[in-house]
Amino acid sequence: MAEAMSQHRKAAFSLARHSTGIIASVLFLAPIVWTVLSTFKPAQEARQPPLPPWPTTGFSVENYQTLNTFGDGLWASAQNSIYVSVMTVLLSVLVSVLAGYGFSRFRFPFRDFFFILILSTIMIPFQSILTPIFLVLTKLGLHNTLTGLVCVYVTLQLPFSIFMMRNAFDAVPREIEEAARMDGANNVTMLVKVMLPLVWPGVVTIALFAFLGAWNEFLAALVLMTDQSKFTLPVMMTALQSGRFGAIDWGAVQAGVTVMMVPCLILFLALQRFYIRGLMAGAVK
Amino acid sequence: MTSIAATSAPARARRIGVSRRQWVGLLYVLPAVAFVTVFFVIPLGMTAWMSLHNWPLMGEHAFIGLDNYFAILRDTRFWNALKFTFYYTLIVTIAIFAVAFPLAIFIERPRPLTNLYRTAFFMPAVVGFASASLLWSWLLNVDSGLFSPAAYDLGLTERKVNLLATFQPAFWSIIAMVVWKVAGFTMIILMTGLQSIPQDLQEAAVIDGAGPFARFRAITLPLMRRTLALALILSVAGSILAFDQFYIILRGGPRNQTLTAVYWIFNQSFVSFKLGYGAALSMVLLVILVALSLIQLWLLRKPEGLD
Repeated sequence: MAEAMSQHRKAAFSLARHSTGIIASVLFLAPIVWTVLSTFKPAQEARQPPLPPWPTTGFSVENYQTLNTFGDGLWASAQNSIYVSVMTVLLSVLVSVLAGYGFSRFRFPFRDFFFILILSTIMIPFQSILTPIFLVLTKLGLHNTLTGLVCVYVTLQLPFSIFMMRNAFDAVPREIEEAARMDGANNVTMLVKVMLPLVWPGVVTIALFAFLGAWNEFLAALVLMTDQSKFTLPVMMTALQSGRFGAIDWGAVQAGVTVMMVPCLILFLALQRFYIRGLMAGAVK
Repeated sequence: MTSIAATSAPARARRIGVSRRQWVGLLYVLPAVAFVTVFFVIPLGMTAWMSLHNWPLMGEHAFIGLDNYFAILRDTRFWNALKFTFYYTLIVTIAIFAVAFPLAIFIERPRPLTNLYRTAFFMPAVVGFASASLLWSWLLNVDSGLFSPAAYDLGLTERKVNLLATFQPAFWSIIAMVVWKVAGFTMIILMTGLQSIPQDLQEAAVIDGAGPFARFRAITLPLMRRTLALALILSVAGSILAFDQFYIILRGGPRNQTLTAVYWIFNQSFVSFKLGYGAALSMVLLVILVALSLIQLWLLRKPEGLD
Protein backbone atom coordinates (compact mmCIF):
# COMPACT_ATOMS: atom_id res chain seq x y z
CA MET A 1 0.00 0.00 0.00
CA ALA A 2 2.70 2.48 1.08
CA GLU A 3 4.80 1.21 -1.80
CA ALA A 4 2.04 2.04 -4.27
CA MET A 5 1.56 5.47 -2.74
CA SER A 6 5.23 6.30 -3.10
CA GLN A 7 5.23 5.00 -6.70
CA HIS A 8 2.27 7.22 -7.36
CA ARG A 9 3.92 10.27 -5.81
CA LYS A 10 7.10 9.64 -7.78
CA ALA A 11 5.16 9.60 -11.03
CA ALA A 12 3.32 12.79 -10.09
CA PHE A 13 6.59 14.50 -9.18
CA SER A 14 8.17 13.43 -12.44
CA LEU A 15 5.18 14.66 -14.43
CA ALA A 16 5.24 18.05 -12.67
CA ARG A 17 8.99 18.34 -13.22
CA HIS A 18 8.85 17.59 -16.91
CA SER A 19 5.89 19.86 -17.61
CA THR A 20 7.70 22.71 -15.84
CA GLY A 21 10.86 21.94 -17.79
CA ILE A 22 9.08 21.80 -21.12
CA ILE A 23 7.08 25.00 -20.58
CA ALA A 24 10.17 26.90 -19.44
CA SER A 25 12.22 25.53 -22.36
CA VAL A 26 9.54 26.63 -24.82
CA LEU A 27 9.51 30.14 -23.32
CA PHE A 28 13.28 30.46 -23.63
CA LEU A 29 13.52 28.99 -27.13
CA ALA A 30 10.37 30.50 -28.65
CA PRO A 31 11.76 33.94 -29.64
CA ILE A 32 14.71 32.29 -31.40
CA VAL A 33 12.66 29.65 -33.19
CA TRP A 34 9.96 32.19 -34.08
CA THR A 35 12.51 34.45 -35.76
CA VAL A 36 14.30 31.71 -37.66
CA LEU A 37 11.01 30.30 -39.02
CA SER A 38 9.73 33.75 -40.01
CA THR A 39 12.78 34.51 -42.13
CA PHE A 40 11.61 31.94 -44.69
CA LYS A 41 8.44 33.84 -45.53
CA PRO A 42 8.19 35.81 -48.76
CA ALA A 43 8.91 39.54 -48.17
CA GLN A 44 5.23 40.43 -48.52
CA GLU A 45 4.21 38.01 -45.78
CA ALA A 46 7.16 38.93 -43.53
CA ARG A 47 5.69 42.40 -43.11
CA GLN A 48 2.59 40.95 -41.46
CA PRO A 49 2.53 39.86 -37.79
CA PRO A 50 4.17 36.41 -37.48
CA LEU A 51 0.98 34.48 -36.73
CA PRO A 52 1.67 31.64 -37.29
CA PRO A 53 5.49 31.90 -37.30
CA TRP A 54 6.05 29.53 -40.24
CA PRO A 55 5.55 30.58 -43.87
CA THR A 56 1.96 30.12 -45.08
CA THR A 57 2.29 31.50 -48.60
CA GLY A 58 5.26 29.43 -49.68
CA PHE A 59 8.86 28.96 -48.66
CA SER A 60 11.27 31.70 -49.75
CA VAL A 61 14.76 33.05 -49.09
CA GLU A 62 13.80 36.49 -50.41
CA ASN A 63 14.55 38.13 -47.04
CA TYR A 64 18.14 36.97 -47.16
CA GLN A 65 18.49 38.21 -50.73
CA THR A 66 17.10 41.70 -50.05
CA LEU A 67 19.45 41.97 -47.08
CA ASN A 68 22.30 42.18 -49.52
CA THR A 69 20.83 45.27 -51.20
CA PHE A 70 21.14 47.66 -48.23
CA GLY A 71 24.22 49.88 -48.13
CA ASP A 72 27.29 47.78 -48.84
CA GLY A 73 25.23 44.66 -48.28
CA LEU A 74 24.94 42.10 -45.57
CA TRP A 75 27.72 39.99 -46.99
CA ALA A 76 30.21 42.88 -46.66
CA SER A 77 29.25 43.35 -42.99
CA ALA A 78 29.32 39.63 -42.38
CA GLN A 79 32.83 39.51 -43.84
CA ASN A 80 33.87 42.36 -41.54
CA SER A 81 32.39 40.53 -38.56
CA ILE A 82 34.09 37.27 -39.50
CA TYR A 83 37.43 39.01 -40.02
CA VAL A 84 37.23 40.88 -36.72
CA SER A 85 36.12 37.81 -34.77
CA VAL A 86 38.67 35.42 -36.25
CA MET A 87 41.53 37.89 -35.85
CA THR A 88 40.47 38.57 -32.25
CA VAL A 89 40.50 34.82 -31.57
CA LEU A 90 43.93 34.27 -33.13
CA LEU A 91 45.60 37.30 -31.60
CA SER A 92 44.11 36.95 -28.11
CA VAL A 93 44.97 33.23 -28.01
CA LEU A 94 48.55 33.93 -29.10
CA VAL A 95 49.05 36.77 -26.63
CA SER A 96 47.40 34.99 -23.69
CA VAL A 97 49.14 31.65 -24.23
CA LEU A 98 52.50 33.43 -24.21
CA ALA A 99 51.56 35.54 -21.19
CA GLY A 100 49.99 32.63 -19.30
CA TYR A 101 53.16 30.59 -19.82
CA GLY A 102 55.35 33.52 -18.80
CA PHE A 103 53.38 34.25 -15.64
CA SER A 104 53.15 30.59 -14.69
CA ARG A 105 56.71 29.39 -15.27
CA PHE A 106 59.09 32.33 -14.76
CA ARG A 107 59.94 34.56 -11.82
CA PHE A 108 60.98 37.95 -13.17
CA PRO A 109 60.90 41.43 -11.67
CA PHE A 110 57.46 43.10 -11.59
CA ARG A 111 55.78 39.79 -12.44
CA ASP A 112 53.04 40.20 -9.86
CA PHE A 113 52.68 43.89 -10.69
CA PHE A 114 52.06 43.13 -14.37
CA PHE A 115 49.67 40.30 -13.58
CA ILE A 116 47.59 42.44 -11.23
CA LEU A 117 47.72 45.33 -13.71
CA ILE A 118 46.22 43.14 -16.45
CA LEU A 119 43.59 41.56 -14.20
CA SER A 120 42.54 44.86 -12.64
CA THR A 121 41.48 46.26 -16.02
CA ILE A 122 38.39 44.11 -15.63
CA MET A 123 37.24 46.46 -12.84
CA ILE A 124 37.17 49.46 -15.17
CA PRO A 125 34.36 49.67 -17.71
CA PHE A 126 35.75 50.10 -21.23
CA GLN A 127 32.66 52.22 -21.96
CA SER A 128 34.29 54.99 -19.95
CA ILE A 129 37.51 55.09 -21.99
CA LEU A 130 36.10 54.88 -25.51
CA THR A 131 36.86 58.49 -26.47
CA PRO A 132 40.60 58.24 -25.70
CA ILE A 133 40.70 54.83 -27.42
CA PHE A 134 39.31 56.60 -30.47
CA LEU A 135 42.10 59.21 -30.23
CA VAL A 136 44.81 56.58 -29.65
CA LEU A 137 43.66 54.63 -32.71
CA THR A 138 43.76 57.85 -34.75
CA LYS A 139 47.34 58.53 -33.55
CA LEU A 140 48.36 55.00 -34.57
CA GLY A 141 46.77 55.36 -37.99
CA LEU A 142 44.26 52.63 -37.08
CA HIS A 143 41.31 55.00 -37.06
CA ASN A 144 38.26 53.44 -38.72
CA THR A 145 40.07 50.19 -39.49
CA LEU A 146 39.00 46.68 -38.60
CA THR A 147 42.52 46.06 -37.28
CA GLY A 148 42.01 48.86 -34.75
CA LEU A 149 38.78 47.27 -33.60
CA VAL A 150 40.58 43.92 -33.27
CA CYS A 151 43.23 45.52 -31.02
CA VAL A 152 40.51 46.88 -28.74
CA TYR A 153 38.69 43.54 -28.58
CA VAL A 154 41.91 41.63 -27.84
CA THR A 155 42.68 43.99 -24.97
CA LEU A 156 39.20 43.48 -23.55
CA GLN A 157 39.65 39.68 -23.67
CA LEU A 158 43.08 39.62 -22.00
CA PRO A 159 42.19 39.72 -18.28
CA PHE A 160 39.91 36.68 -18.56
CA SER A 161 42.03 34.70 -21.01
CA ILE A 162 45.38 35.32 -19.31
CA PHE A 163 43.83 34.32 -15.98
CA MET A 164 42.52 31.13 -17.62
CA MET A 165 45.82 30.30 -19.32
CA ARG A 166 47.92 30.95 -16.22
CA ASN A 167 45.73 28.53 -14.28
CA ALA A 168 45.97 26.00 -17.11
CA PHE A 169 49.78 26.16 -17.14
CA ASP A 170 49.93 26.07 -13.33
CA ALA A 171 48.05 22.76 -13.46
CA VAL A 172 50.74 21.11 -15.62
CA PRO A 173 53.27 19.26 -13.40
CA ARG A 174 56.79 20.67 -13.60
CA GLU A 175 58.25 17.16 -14.00
CA ILE A 176 56.95 17.04 -17.55
CA GLU A 177 58.88 20.18 -18.40
CA GLU A 178 62.04 18.99 -16.70
CA ALA A 179 61.92 15.73 -18.62
CA ALA A 180 61.54 17.61 -21.90
CA ARG A 181 64.37 19.96 -20.96
CA MET A 182 66.61 16.93 -20.35
CA ASP A 183 65.82 15.90 -23.89
CA GLY A 184 67.17 19.25 -25.03
CA ALA A 185 63.96 21.12 -25.79
CA ASN A 186 64.29 24.90 -25.63
CA ASN A 187 61.61 27.26 -24.34
CA VAL A 188 59.73 27.67 -27.59
CA THR A 189 59.64 24.00 -28.63
CA MET A 190 58.70 23.19 -25.04
CA LEU A 191 55.76 25.54 -25.20
CA VAL A 192 54.51 24.45 -28.61
CA LYS A 193 55.23 20.71 -28.57
CA VAL A 194 54.97 19.77 -24.90
CA MET A 195 52.81 22.31 -23.10
CA LEU A 196 50.26 23.36 -25.70
CA PRO A 197 48.63 19.93 -26.08
CA LEU A 198 48.26 19.79 -22.29
CA VAL A 199 46.54 23.17 -21.96
CA TRP A 200 44.44 22.71 -25.12
CA PRO A 201 41.05 22.73 -23.32
CA GLY A 202 41.91 26.13 -21.87
CA VAL A 203 42.83 27.40 -25.34
CA VAL A 204 39.48 26.26 -26.76
CA THR A 205 37.66 28.00 -23.90
CA ILE A 206 39.38 31.36 -24.37
CA ALA A 207 39.01 31.11 -28.16
CA LEU A 208 35.28 30.54 -27.77
CA PHE A 209 34.84 33.51 -25.43
CA ALA A 210 36.96 35.71 -27.69
CA PHE A 211 34.85 34.80 -30.72
CA LEU A 212 31.52 35.39 -28.99
CA GLY A 213 32.78 38.64 -27.46
CA ALA A 214 34.01 40.07 -30.74
CA TRP A 215 31.07 38.78 -32.82
CA ASN A 216 28.47 40.29 -30.49
CA GLU A 217 30.14 43.54 -29.38
CA PHE A 218 28.13 46.63 -30.29
CA LEU A 219 29.08 49.90 -28.59
CA ALA A 220 32.78 50.03 -29.49
CA ALA A 221 32.03 49.01 -33.08
CA LEU A 222 29.32 51.69 -33.27
CA VAL A 223 31.66 54.39 -32.00
CA LEU A 224 34.90 53.39 -33.70
CA MET A 225 33.67 52.32 -37.15
CA THR A 226 32.30 55.44 -38.80
CA ASP A 227 32.63 54.29 -42.40
CA GLN A 228 29.73 52.16 -43.60
CA SER A 229 32.01 49.77 -45.47
CA LYS A 230 33.63 48.92 -42.10
CA PHE A 231 30.38 48.18 -40.23
CA THR A 232 30.17 44.87 -38.39
CA LEU A 233 26.87 42.97 -38.40
CA PRO A 234 25.37 44.46 -35.20
CA VAL A 235 26.09 48.03 -36.36
CA MET A 236 24.86 47.35 -39.90
CA MET A 237 21.66 45.70 -38.70
CA THR A 238 20.95 48.51 -36.25
CA ALA A 239 21.35 51.03 -39.07
CA LEU A 240 18.89 49.00 -41.13
CA GLN A 241 16.45 48.64 -38.23
CA SER A 242 16.56 52.38 -37.50
CA GLY A 243 15.28 53.06 -41.01
CA ARG A 244 18.56 54.47 -42.30
CA PHE A 245 17.97 52.75 -45.65
CA GLY A 246 14.34 53.81 -46.01
CA ALA A 247 11.25 52.06 -44.68
CA ILE A 248 12.13 49.32 -42.22
CA ASP A 249 12.07 45.90 -43.84
CA TRP A 250 11.27 43.61 -40.91
CA GLY A 251 11.80 40.51 -43.01
CA ALA A 252 15.37 41.64 -43.63
CA VAL A 253 15.83 42.43 -39.92
CA GLN A 254 14.75 38.88 -39.00
CA ALA A 255 17.11 37.43 -41.58
CA GLY A 256 19.98 39.59 -40.29
CA VAL A 257 19.29 38.61 -36.68
CA THR A 258 19.31 34.96 -37.73
CA VAL A 259 22.69 35.38 -39.42
CA MET A 260 23.97 36.99 -36.21
CA MET A 261 22.55 34.34 -33.87
CA VAL A 262 23.20 31.08 -35.66
CA PRO A 263 27.04 31.00 -35.41
CA CYS A 264 26.82 31.66 -31.66
CA LEU A 265 24.24 28.93 -31.14
CA ILE A 266 26.16 26.36 -33.20
CA LEU A 267 29.47 27.15 -31.50
CA PHE A 268 27.84 26.94 -28.09
CA LEU A 269 26.11 23.62 -28.80
CA ALA A 270 29.32 22.14 -30.21
CA LEU A 271 31.58 23.44 -27.44
CA GLN A 272 29.17 23.65 -24.50
CA ARG A 273 31.58 21.78 -22.22
CA PHE A 274 34.28 24.42 -22.75
CA TYR A 275 31.85 27.28 -22.32
CA ILE A 276 30.53 26.04 -18.98
CA ARG A 277 34.11 25.36 -17.91
CA GLY A 278 35.01 28.99 -18.59
CA LEU A 279 32.02 30.19 -16.59
CA MET A 280 32.92 27.89 -13.70
CA ALA A 281 36.52 29.11 -13.71
CA GLY A 282 35.23 32.64 -13.45
CA ALA A 283 32.68 31.74 -10.79
CA VAL A 284 34.76 29.55 -8.52
CA LYS A 285 37.92 31.63 -8.39
CA MET B 1 91.75 30.59 -1.92
CA THR B 2 91.79 28.79 -5.22
CA SER B 3 89.48 26.13 -3.92
CA ILE B 4 86.90 28.74 -2.90
CA ALA B 5 87.04 30.37 -6.31
CA ALA B 6 86.78 26.98 -7.95
CA THR B 7 83.58 26.10 -6.09
CA SER B 8 81.87 29.47 -6.15
CA ALA B 9 82.39 30.38 -9.80
CA PRO B 10 80.15 27.64 -11.24
CA ALA B 11 77.61 28.29 -8.50
CA ARG B 12 77.49 31.98 -9.36
CA ALA B 13 77.37 31.21 -13.05
CA ARG B 14 74.46 28.91 -12.43
CA ARG B 15 72.68 31.55 -10.36
CA ILE B 16 73.15 34.13 -13.11
CA GLY B 17 72.08 31.55 -15.66
CA VAL B 18 68.95 30.83 -13.65
CA SER B 19 68.01 34.46 -13.24
CA ARG B 20 68.68 35.17 -16.91
CA ARG B 21 66.42 32.29 -17.77
CA GLN B 22 63.79 33.81 -15.51
CA TRP B 23 64.11 37.15 -17.30
CA VAL B 24 62.93 35.43 -20.48
CA GLY B 25 59.51 35.37 -18.83
CA LEU B 26 59.31 39.11 -19.33
CA LEU B 27 59.47 38.56 -23.09
CA TYR B 28 56.52 36.18 -22.91
CA VAL B 29 54.29 38.63 -21.09
CA LEU B 30 55.49 41.67 -23.03
CA PRO B 31 52.85 41.57 -25.83
CA ALA B 32 50.06 41.37 -23.26
CA VAL B 33 51.50 44.24 -21.24
CA ALA B 34 51.89 46.29 -24.43
CA PHE B 35 48.24 45.75 -25.43
CA VAL B 36 46.96 46.64 -21.99
CA THR B 37 49.22 49.70 -21.78
CA VAL B 38 48.39 51.13 -25.20
CA PHE B 39 44.68 50.31 -25.32
CA PHE B 40 43.78 50.55 -21.65
CA VAL B 41 46.21 52.28 -19.29
CA ILE B 42 47.00 55.19 -21.60
CA PRO B 43 43.34 55.79 -22.53
CA LEU B 44 42.48 55.63 -18.84
CA GLY B 45 45.02 58.33 -18.05
CA MET B 46 43.78 60.35 -21.01
CA THR B 47 40.21 60.17 -19.74
CA ALA B 48 41.31 61.78 -16.48
CA TRP B 49 43.38 64.38 -18.37
CA MET B 50 40.65 65.17 -20.90
CA SER B 51 38.07 65.60 -18.17
CA LEU B 52 39.96 68.74 -17.11
CA HIS B 53 39.69 70.26 -20.59
CA ASN B 54 37.24 71.82 -22.94
CA TRP B 55 37.92 69.36 -25.76
CA PRO B 56 35.93 69.69 -28.99
CA LEU B 57 36.40 67.20 -31.82
CA MET B 58 37.99 69.83 -34.06
CA GLY B 59 40.17 72.72 -32.96
CA GLU B 60 42.23 73.44 -29.87
CA HIS B 61 41.42 72.11 -26.45
CA ALA B 62 41.76 74.36 -23.42
CA PHE B 63 42.50 73.53 -19.80
CA ILE B 64 39.52 74.50 -17.65
CA GLY B 65 40.30 72.78 -14.34
CA LEU B 66 37.31 71.25 -12.65
CA ASP B 67 34.73 73.19 -14.65
CA ASN B 68 33.42 70.03 -16.34
CA TYR B 69 32.79 68.49 -12.93
CA PHE B 70 30.96 71.60 -11.74
CA ALA B 71 28.88 71.43 -14.92
CA ILE B 72 27.98 67.82 -14.07
CA LEU B 73 26.59 68.95 -10.73
CA ARG B 74 24.13 71.17 -12.61
CA ASP B 75 23.40 68.63 -15.37
CA THR B 76 19.95 67.46 -14.30
CA ARG B 77 19.60 65.28 -17.40
CA PHE B 78 22.70 63.32 -16.40
CA TRP B 79 21.37 62.84 -12.87
CA ASN B 80 18.05 61.73 -14.32
CA ALA B 81 19.89 59.25 -16.52
CA LEU B 82 21.82 57.99 -13.50
CA LYS B 83 18.63 57.74 -11.47
CA PHE B 84 16.96 55.78 -14.25
CA THR B 85 20.02 53.52 -14.55
CA PHE B 86 19.88 52.67 -10.84
CA TYR B 87 16.13 52.10 -10.98
CA TYR B 88 16.55 49.79 -13.97
CA THR B 89 19.44 47.97 -12.24
CA LEU B 90 17.36 47.36 -9.11
CA ILE B 91 14.29 46.07 -10.96
CA VAL B 92 16.14 43.95 -13.52
CA THR B 93 18.38 42.35 -10.89
CA ILE B 94 15.39 41.34 -8.79
CA ALA B 95 13.64 40.01 -11.89
CA ILE B 96 16.68 38.03 -13.04
CA PHE B 97 17.15 36.41 -9.63
CA ALA B 98 13.43 35.66 -9.30
CA VAL B 99 13.68 33.61 -12.51
CA ALA B 100 17.24 32.29 -12.27
CA PHE B 101 17.15 30.96 -8.71
CA PRO B 102 14.20 28.58 -9.22
CA LEU B 103 15.75 27.46 -12.52
CA ALA B 104 19.08 26.79 -10.77
CA ILE B 105 17.33 24.63 -8.17
CA PHE B 106 15.43 22.92 -10.98
CA ILE B 107 18.57 21.85 -12.86
CA GLU B 108 20.91 21.43 -9.91
CA ARG B 109 20.77 17.64 -9.57
CA PRO B 110 21.33 15.28 -12.49
CA ARG B 111 17.98 13.71 -13.36
CA PRO B 112 16.63 12.51 -16.71
CA LEU B 113 16.65 15.30 -19.34
CA THR B 114 18.21 17.85 -16.97
CA ASN B 115 21.05 18.57 -19.39
CA LEU B 116 18.57 19.20 -22.18
CA TYR B 117 16.56 21.68 -20.08
CA ARG B 118 19.73 23.42 -18.93
CA THR B 119 20.90 23.88 -22.51
CA ALA B 120 17.50 25.23 -23.55
CA PHE B 121 17.40 27.78 -20.70
CA PHE B 122 20.92 28.86 -21.51
CA MET B 123 20.55 29.35 -25.28
CA PRO B 124 19.52 33.04 -25.20
CA ALA B 125 22.60 33.82 -23.07
CA VAL B 126 25.01 33.07 -25.93
CA VAL B 127 23.14 35.35 -28.33
CA GLY B 128 24.58 38.87 -28.28
CA PHE B 129 22.77 41.77 -26.63
CA ALA B 130 22.56 43.54 -29.98
CA SER B 131 21.01 40.48 -31.71
CA ALA B 132 18.58 39.98 -28.84
CA SER B 133 17.61 43.66 -28.92
CA LEU B 134 17.04 43.60 -32.69
CA LEU B 135 14.98 40.43 -32.34
CA TRP B 136 12.80 41.92 -29.60
CA SER B 137 12.45 45.26 -31.40
CA TRP B 138 10.70 43.24 -34.08
CA LEU B 139 8.59 41.20 -31.62
CA LEU B 140 7.57 44.46 -29.87
CA ASN B 141 6.74 46.33 -33.07
CA VAL B 142 3.12 47.42 -33.17
CA ASP B 143 2.39 46.55 -36.80
CA SER B 144 4.73 43.73 -37.84
CA GLY B 145 5.59 42.33 -34.42
CA LEU B 146 4.17 39.53 -32.32
CA PHE B 147 2.89 40.75 -28.96
CA SER B 148 0.50 43.58 -29.88
CA PRO B 149 -1.11 41.79 -32.86
CA ALA B 150 -1.39 38.55 -30.87
CA ALA B 151 -3.06 40.31 -27.93
CA TYR B 152 -5.42 42.02 -30.38
CA ASP B 153 -6.25 38.78 -32.21
CA LEU B 154 -6.96 37.02 -28.92
CA GLY B 155 -9.33 39.85 -27.99
CA LEU B 156 -7.24 40.94 -25.01
CA THR B 157 -7.02 44.52 -26.29
CA GLU B 158 -9.53 46.52 -28.32
CA ARG B 159 -6.90 47.82 -30.70
CA LYS B 160 -3.23 47.15 -31.35
CA VAL B 161 -1.35 48.77 -28.47
CA ASN B 162 2.06 50.29 -29.23
CA LEU B 163 4.09 48.87 -26.36
CA LEU B 164 7.00 51.20 -27.01
CA ALA B 165 5.04 54.46 -27.00
CA THR B 166 4.72 55.00 -23.25
CA PHE B 167 7.16 54.51 -20.41
CA GLN B 168 5.66 51.68 -18.37
CA PRO B 169 5.04 49.08 -21.11
CA ALA B 170 8.31 50.03 -22.84
CA PHE B 171 10.29 49.67 -19.60
CA TRP B 172 8.74 46.32 -18.69
CA SER B 173 9.28 45.05 -22.23
CA ILE B 174 12.99 45.72 -21.82
CA ILE B 175 12.96 43.97 -18.43
CA ALA B 176 11.29 40.93 -20.01
CA MET B 177 13.84 40.87 -22.84
CA VAL B 178 16.82 41.15 -20.49
CA VAL B 179 15.49 38.45 -18.14
CA TRP B 180 14.97 36.18 -21.15
CA LYS B 181 18.53 36.81 -22.30
CA VAL B 182 20.41 36.79 -18.96
CA ALA B 183 18.53 34.41 -16.63
CA GLY B 184 20.25 31.31 -18.06
CA PHE B 185 23.66 32.82 -17.37
CA THR B 186 22.84 33.69 -13.76
CA MET B 187 21.26 30.24 -13.40
CA ILE B 188 24.56 28.50 -14.25
CA ILE B 189 26.49 30.60 -11.74
CA LEU B 190 23.94 29.91 -8.99
CA MET B 191 23.98 26.22 -9.93
CA THR B 192 27.71 25.98 -9.24
CA GLY B 193 27.03 27.41 -5.79
CA LEU B 194 24.21 24.95 -5.10
CA GLN B 195 26.30 22.01 -6.24
CA SER B 196 29.13 22.95 -3.89
CA ILE B 197 26.88 22.44 -0.84
CA PRO B 198 27.61 19.01 0.66
CA GLN B 199 24.66 16.68 0.15
CA ASP B 200 24.99 15.06 3.60
CA LEU B 201 24.49 18.45 5.27
CA GLN B 202 21.03 18.67 3.69
CA GLU B 203 20.27 15.06 4.59
CA ALA B 204 21.32 15.62 8.21
CA ALA B 205 18.95 18.59 8.36
CA VAL B 206 16.12 16.46 6.98
CA ILE B 207 16.73 13.89 9.72
CA ASP B 208 16.68 16.71 12.27
CA GLY B 209 13.22 17.55 10.96
CA ALA B 210 13.99 20.79 9.11
CA GLY B 211 11.44 21.69 6.43
CA PRO B 212 12.50 22.77 2.93
CA PHE B 213 12.16 26.46 3.76
CA ALA B 214 14.18 26.20 6.99
CA ARG B 215 16.86 24.23 5.14
CA PHE B 216 17.03 26.86 2.41
CA ARG B 217 17.46 29.64 4.96
CA ALA B 218 19.84 27.87 7.33
CA ILE B 219 22.01 25.90 4.92
CA THR B 220 21.62 26.91 1.29
CA LEU B 221 21.75 30.71 1.60
CA PRO B 222 24.71 30.99 4.02
CA LEU B 223 26.80 28.43 2.15
CA MET B 224 26.10 30.18 -1.14
CA ARG B 225 27.22 33.58 0.09
CA ARG B 226 30.16 33.92 -2.30
CA THR B 227 28.28 32.62 -5.34
CA LEU B 228 25.32 34.87 -4.60
CA ALA B 229 27.62 37.85 -4.21
CA LEU B 230 29.29 37.06 -7.53
CA ALA B 231 26.02 36.65 -9.43
CA LEU B 232 24.69 39.81 -7.82
CA ILE B 233 27.72 41.93 -8.68
CA LEU B 234 27.83 40.63 -12.27
CA SER B 235 24.18 41.53 -12.69
CA VAL B 236 24.51 44.96 -11.06
CA ALA B 237 27.69 45.92 -12.94
CA GLY B 238 26.23 44.73 -16.26
CA SER B 239 22.99 46.63 -15.70
CA ILE B 240 24.68 49.89 -14.72
CA LEU B 241 26.53 49.74 -18.04
CA ALA B 242 23.37 48.93 -20.03
CA PHE B 243 23.28 50.54 -23.45
CA ASP B 244 22.54 48.19 -26.38
CA GLN B 245 18.91 47.38 -25.57
CA PHE B 246 17.93 50.99 -24.79
CA TYR B 247 19.67 52.30 -27.90
CA ILE B 248 18.39 49.64 -30.29
CA ILE B 249 14.84 49.09 -29.03
CA LEU B 250 13.89 52.48 -27.58
CA ARG B 251 16.49 55.04 -28.81
CA GLY B 252 16.29 56.39 -25.26
CA GLY B 253 12.58 57.09 -25.70
CA PRO B 254 9.75 57.54 -25.08
CA ARG B 255 10.55 61.22 -24.43
CA ASN B 256 14.16 60.49 -23.39
CA GLN B 257 12.88 58.69 -20.30
CA THR B 258 15.06 55.63 -20.81
CA LEU B 259 18.44 57.27 -21.35
CA THR B 260 20.97 55.32 -19.28
CA ALA B 261 24.26 56.69 -17.95
CA VAL B 262 26.33 55.12 -20.74
CA TYR B 263 23.79 56.34 -23.29
CA TRP B 264 24.10 59.92 -21.97
CA ILE B 265 27.91 59.72 -22.11
CA PHE B 266 27.65 58.34 -25.66
CA ASN B 267 25.39 61.25 -26.65
CA GLN B 268 27.65 63.89 -25.12
CA SER B 269 30.86 62.39 -26.55
CA PHE B 270 29.86 61.08 -29.96
CA VAL B 271 26.73 63.00 -30.91
CA SER B 272 27.48 66.43 -29.42
CA PHE B 273 31.27 65.83 -29.57
CA LYS B 274 31.89 67.40 -26.16
CA LEU B 275 34.81 65.06 -25.57
CA GLY B 276 36.10 66.75 -22.40
CA TYR B 277 32.69 66.81 -20.78
CA GLY B 278 32.07 63.19 -21.84
CA ALA B 279 35.38 62.25 -20.20
CA ALA B 280 34.33 63.89 -16.94
CA LEU B 281 31.02 61.99 -17.04
CA SER B 282 33.02 58.82 -17.73
CA MET B 283 35.12 59.44 -14.63
CA VAL B 284 31.94 59.56 -12.52
CA LEU B 285 30.77 56.25 -14.01
CA LEU B 286 34.22 54.77 -13.52
CA VAL B 287 34.30 55.69 -9.82
CA ILE B 288 30.90 54.02 -9.33
CA LEU B 289 32.04 50.81 -11.03
CA VAL B 290 35.38 50.66 -9.20
CA ALA B 291 33.54 51.14 -5.90
CA LEU B 292 31.31 48.22 -6.89
CA SER B 293 34.36 46.08 -7.67
CA LEU B 294 35.85 46.86 -4.27
CA ILE B 295 32.59 45.83 -2.61
CA GLN B 296 32.77 42.66 -4.68
CA LEU B 297 36.31 41.87 -3.51
CA TRP B 298 35.13 42.37 0.07
CA LEU B 299 32.07 40.15 -0.37
CA LEU B 300 34.08 37.46 -2.15
CA ARG B 301 36.88 37.36 0.43
CA LYS B 302 37.73 33.84 1.48
CA PRO B 303 35.41 32.74 4.28
CA GLU B 304 37.07 32.43 7.68
CA GLY B 305 36.41 28.93 8.96
CA LEU B 306 32.94 27.87 7.92
CA ASP B 307 31.46 31.33 8.34
